[in-house]
Amino acid sequence: MTDSTAQKPREAARRDPVTGTRFTRVLGVACLAGLVWLFVFAFFVTPADVNQGESVRIMYAHVPGAWLAYLAFVVTAFSSAMYLWRRTRSLTWDRLAGASAEVGVLFMAISLVTGSLWGRITWGTFWTWDARLTTTAFLFITYVGYLAVRGLGGSHHQRARRSAVLALLAVLEIPLVHFSVVLWNSLHQEASVAGNTDVTMDGLMLFTLFLGVVVFTLSYVWLVLHRQRALHLRDLVDETGLDRALEARRAEAASS
Amino acid sequence: MKDLGFILGSWIVTIGGMATFAVAMFRRARRDATVVPPEERPWL
Repeated sequence: MTDSTAQKPREAARRDPVTGTRFTRVLGVACLAGLVWLFVFAFFVTPADVNQGESVRIMYAHVPGAWLAYLAFVVTAFSSAMYLWRRTRSLTWDRLAGASAEVGVLFMAISLVTGSLWGRITWGTFWTWDARLTTTAFLFITYVGYLAVRGLGGSHHQRARRSAVLALLAVLEIPLVHFSVVLWNSLHQEASVAGNTDVTMDGLMLFTLFLGVVVFTLSYVWLVLHRQRALHLRDLVDETGLDRALEARRAEAASS
Repeated sequence: MKDLGFILGSWIVTIGGMATFAVAMFRRARRDATVVPPEERPWL
């Protein structure tokens, strides 16, 4: 027999939406459906590539992952600029910057790992100190550092200010990563779709690549929405903890 | 399919990475939400 009084708060906690809304639930379902659709197309519908063979199936995750990491870091820089600008200064911008950077680091890690597995098949090695690979790894480490800086002590506004400055500097690395294949003699191929007016890719493969970008973008929006709300909760918990500590200190001072 | 292990592995890393991130995020948020009343959550 279960204790109904103990069961009730647990039931309520399970039903508590926490960071979810109707919009995020619909978006979450769309992301899941999109990921299944992308997986089916990547594995069972698109043909093998003439040059890359079956390894092209990795590209449908690798390329959108890299693009989404760029997008996430640009959003981080934009939100940071909005925070630093006096007229729009709000911790909401700071939390958006932090959430976007976290998701960007996730996508960058996905891009690095999938790229490494693709490299093992195509180049015969997991890693080489090529210009694109090295600058990408450097970008990844920079944003891991950015997240570490966010975790340092101080008030929420101190955290926001120092990380905003860092985000505006870190975003300057993106053009360096993107154009590294043009600036240096690189093993990595140049852009085959973006900025290319003569795309020779098979229509179905091109569609799957775009599908990947759309699905990853939806997933990015879903993750960032939830994450920035989770960061809002964290900030409130920090404030509550600080208020309690101050109250305890005042009570201690009054009693002595 | 040739190199199936590497190809499947890359998709496991992709979907698994996103899923792990989401689960960890929801766990932490759920824990924090126990001290924050719903009226202090502007999105609700």
